Amino acid sequence: MRHTLSVLVENRYGVLTRVAGMFSRRGYNIDSLTVGVTEDPTMSRMTIVVRGDDQVLEQVTKQLNKLIDVIRVTDLKSENSVEREMALIKVNCDVTSRSEIMQIADIFRARIIDVASRSVVVEITGDEGKINAIEQLLRPFGIKEMVRTGKVAIRRGQKSS
Amino acid sequence: MTEPTEKMTGARAFIECLYREGVDTIFGYPGGVLLPIYDELYGANIRHILVRHEQAAAHAAEGYARATGRTGVCLATSGPGATNLVTGIANAYMDSIPMVVFTGQVPSSMLGNDAFQEANITGITMPITKHNYLVQDARDLPRIIKEAFHIASTGRPGPVLVDMPKDITLQEIDFYYPDKVELRGYKPTYKGNLQQIKKAAALIDKSKNPVIYAGGGIINSNASAELIEFAEHIKAPVTTTLTGMGGFPVEHPLFLGMPGMHGTKYANYAIQESDLLIAVGARFDDRVTGKLKAFASNAKIVHIDIDPAEISKNIKVDIPIVGDAKWILQKLLTYSSESQSEKWIERIGHWKKENPLYYIEPITCSGIKPQYIIEQISQACKDAIIVTEVGQHQMWAAQYFKFNEPRTFITSGGLGTMGYGFPASIGVKVARPDKVVFDIAGDGSFQMNSQELATAVQENVPVIVAIFNNGYLGMVRQWQELFHEKRYSSTCIQNSVDFVKLAEAYGALGLRANKPEEVRPVIEQALASGRPTVIDFVVECEENVSPMVPAGAAINEILDLERKK
Repeated sequence: MRHTLSVLVENRYGVLTRVAGMFSRRGYNIDSLTVGVTEDPTMSRMTIVVRGDDQVLEQVTKQLNKLIDVIRVTDLKSENSVEREMALIKVNCDVTSRSEIMQIADIFRARIIDVASRSVVVEITGDEGKINAIEQLLRPFGIKEMVRTGKVAIRRGQKSS
Repeated sequence: MTEPTEKMTGARAFIECLYREGVDTIFGYPGGVLLPIYDELYGANIRHILVRHEQAAAHAAEGYARATGRTGVCLATSGPGATNLVTGIANAYMDSIPMVVFTGQVPSSMLGNDAFQEANITGITMPITKHNYLVQDARDLPRIIKEAFHIASTGRPGPVLVDMPKDITLQEIDFYYPDKVELRGYKPTYKGNLQQIKKAAALIDKSKNPVIYAGGGIINSNASAELIEFAEHIKAPVTTTLTGMGGFPVEHPLFLGMPGMHGTKYANYAIQESDLLIAVGARFDDRVTGKLKAFASNAKIVHIDIDPAEISKNIKVDIPIVGDAKWILQKLLTYSSESQSEKWIERIGHWKKENPLYYIEPITCSGIKPQYIIEQISQACKDAIIVTEVGQHQMWAAQYFKFNEPRTFITSGGLGTMGYGFPASIGVKVARPDKVVFDIAGDGSFQMNSQELATAVQENVPVIVAIFNNGYLGMVRQWQELFHEKRYSSTCIQNSVDFVKLAEAYGALGLRANKPEEVRPVIEQALASGRPTVIDFVVECEENVSPMVPAGAAINEILDLERKK
């Protein structure tokens, strides 16, 4: 089971190390972790995707809360949150395949943000499934390089997490 | 209220902060980057105990904290000074002891450059501190120190480290000490949820065979009186863990002794037969539970703990109550009804009679029975504070000393640190000069920090070290005997040191007892001397700690190892 945790932390040096260190020493697996400053510059928000059963999730949440620099931990359920991930994919191309790639990008509402004679860079935003799907379609052309941001997520509606 | 600010250096501010926190004693060792601080300490109204190795400073500060309930303080220089503290910090973390650890650091401008005596001590200690700080501006120092003491001593206590680069201690600031701490990510829960408490009380009223399993949280929460009252009220027997020892009087009829690996048989039987286990300030450590699946498998479990992360960590509990043990026990007392039933207590009384702790007087004697020495110390000074090293002697102390009060048994529980006891006992004696303080030691453990004899003598701290000298690293030898066909690989240390001469070399009193009849006289001699004393008790060399639950077995599968000869 995968869970998405939204973790509000103090925006201080060393916080990322504390969080990552806690995961590694207690043997929890992080699928992805993103971090950035929030609307309040003294706080950052981490979106952590963690794998484990309910008991693991309970322990992870409690151990996170135990860290002094962690302000709040919210388990974001897919039904009441929206999530996005971005990927940049550098794909091999030649004169003939370029238009095909552009077509695929169009279908996915992805953008071409760099064009060279032998490659293009595709920017795609969406949930994990969408990114996996375009990756599959682009693979036959030859993916030279790919970078993914990891998931960011936010609660739907008025309440904040 | 804002107080008038005053200009001073970071080093001076450091001292002012310690005054504001009521610190009267620190344990430390100077070094290059600490020169400004040590210059301020010279003539300050704070007792500084100069140890001979920084590890001892951390253990002594912990001993001070455990004996008083106040936060222990230690200080060491950057690099090796700081890394030498690591074992002591880890020990305090595992046993939840309030401690503030100060380290010097290379100047800010040199940080990260692998400067002379630089170590990233905040990085190193991240997993073994409750929290830590690297001070980046002297103006933050008072706030950080205030927070450090607050975090160390509240909620589930633990060590907090403050790393101070040298330039911080020289920087001039307007000193202002905050009244309050503002930590939005740290709000420990003290008052337990009343709904949960009522549910637990209902279970207690229904229970026929309740057992209370109390840990170090009883000591930290000063909840000993409440524990006794509650246990008597619901007529539940009480077993205390190694770190909970002293939290319930040993001679109380409801006392079961210690549970688990070297616990009493009747404590283990009672847990296994109970229908309700009430865990208070204990964390279901593997040395207590043995095989987890088989632990208290007939019982509902109520778990009272101040740390939510301990709930259902090792064992699934039925009713968790997060909060302060003292507060929750008071509430449980009012919500549960008084029990009239004697049946369970009678059944336990039967187990007690059938399976007491015992040892057999030797017929051919290769030394004194170690259990006998503990009994003699217990009789000679029943109000003593007993500090221990780690190993067989530690278990015998826990089994045979008649503890009456909290904070009289001070031992390394979670981490199991050999070399802990002697420096810790120095911290204890400094904090409680009115008390007789024994360090119960093994000949192996004592050698890990015996250099502190110099500290004890120079600072005139008259602790009594009772070495149980069996010429072995006894606990490991016991496992080799039982599980490795007596192949005593690297555990024999016979005749390596003359402890009497060692004591004398440091200017301490050295005594020796070879025979049982010499035990009491040397104890009396040590007590009368008023000097730091080492007693070399030559004990039976292959004595085992009994009974014992083999690792991985259920706790009722407990073996007798005391053989008839």
